[in-house]
Amino acid sequence: MTDIEYVRAADQGSALALVAEDPDAVFLAGGTTELDLALKDQVVHPSRFVDIGRLPLRGVTRDGDRLRVAALTTMEELAADPTVRERLPFVREALLLGASTQLRNMATIGGNLLQRTRCRYFRDPDVGACNKRDPGSGCAAIEGVARMHAILGAGPSCIALHASDLCVPLVAMDAEVELLDADGTRTVPLTEFYRTPGDRPDVENVLRHGELVTHVQVPLLPDGARSGYLKVRDRTSYEFATTSAGAAVTVEDGTITWAKLGLGGVGTMPWRAWEAESVLVGAPASERTFRAAAEAAIRDPFTVPGTAFKVELAKRTIVRILRTVTS
Amino acid sequence: MSSATTARSTQVTVELRVNGRTYPVRLDSTTTLLDALRDELHLTGTKKGCDQGACGACTVLRDGKRIVSCLALAAQCDGSEITTIEGLAEDGHPHPMQEAFVRHDALQCGYCTTGQVMSAVALLREGRTGSDDEIREFMSGNLCRCAAYPNIVAAIREVADS
Repeated sequence: MTDIEYVRAADQGSALALVAEDPDAVFLAGGTTELDLALKDQVVHPSRFVDIGRLPLRGVTRDGDRLRVAALTTMEELAADPTVRERLPFVREALLLGASTQLRNMATIGGNLLQRTRCRYFRDPDVGACNKRDPGSGCAAIEGVARMHAILGAGPSCIALHASDLCVPLVAMDAEVELLDADGTRTVPLTEFYRTPGDRPDVENVLRHGELVTHVQVPLLPDGARSGYLKVRDRTSYEFATTSAGAAVTVEDGTITWAKLGLGGVGTMPWRAWEAESVLVGAPASERTFRAAAEAAIRDPFTVPGTAFKVELAKRTIVRILRTVTS
Repeated sequence: MSSATTARSTQVTVELRVNGRTYPVRLDSTTTLLDALRDELHLTGTKKGCDQGACGACTVLRDGKRIVSCLALAAQCDGSEITTIEGLAEDGHPHPMQEAFVRHDALQCGYCTTGQVMSAVALLREGRTGSDDEIREFMSGNLCRCAAYPNIVAAIREVADS
């Protein structure tokens, strides 16, 4: 039995206050990450769950060429949205290739952004060395069995992966996160929301205690653009990515005129392949271009023996998704 | 739901609505829906497999949608309509999906079966039975260690086609 208080927030204001007043209180939405870590693995120790599940932060609205997704919208609900189907097909693909239907009916979009790493050492309380759980204690994964770990953004302090599929197309599309606390709202680009571990792997993003993700804004694909999400994994379904790539491009007369590329399964955070995009735009849609983009995307990886295979696999994943969306 | 607001309390009073019946229960605040169903309501048809959201054995419907009951607090489900395997039969007759599982021998040890059936019933409502590949993809959240998968797909296919 765990000694955790449960309070259902009556409204947004009381939800913010109930978390802000207690440094160990947390928001509880879908629960698929939080309850797993707090009750089952017992590697996080909240004092209080503030259940925000019934706050009116649900649904998808379109504002011109942007989609505004309320944070409590579930993964299944977002995948079913008609605008997502038509104008952000690779977001839908990434959603439906993640988790299981049961989990997608529970897990929220805000929670997906904030999901914690699947690193088995982070999730095992019997493992002492985890800089993410206990700063300064070391990293068991670097010396241990690493496979589902990061090669980009990683370093000697931490190689924990951000395992979201959804965030890959979102980070590629310059999605923005709306945050709310008692002082008001602020909007942060998803590309600036996360932090690489550096010497503080316990600090994963710019969210302050008591701040709530209320919405995610996603620009729609421009006219004529094509998109795709490719997930490479150890079983056909219901498995995390070893590598993945989400790409969106426009091609005119054989030349790539616009390109967005995000990577999954490789980064300590959802990875935006800026350098690859620079290679792609203005270049012919050819195998040579795709390979050059892939080389640019996976420059200076940090690998351990268990993750070295990801360098070439990620490049091939990029080449294949670029081939698909330009063919 | 009502909980003590003056003092810190790790107990909650929850009204669980399961298979059309209402059960007021007093629980530890971190009791999962799964444990409440089995240990408080004695509805043991819902099974505990991994207890971490990975195997699907504990699948139930919440307001008509399938979820894993091991990763939901009972308190979060206060007032929601829960359907478990015990609630599928009508007028003493098994649900067509239950009958199809029997007919196709879609199980060996049977431990995962109630979760499989609940997931399959939801799958039909979701309209995801267009092909065997689609059935396999959208049933992938339910593991069967005996690997009765071909017969499970056949059972679902038969109900979908009827």
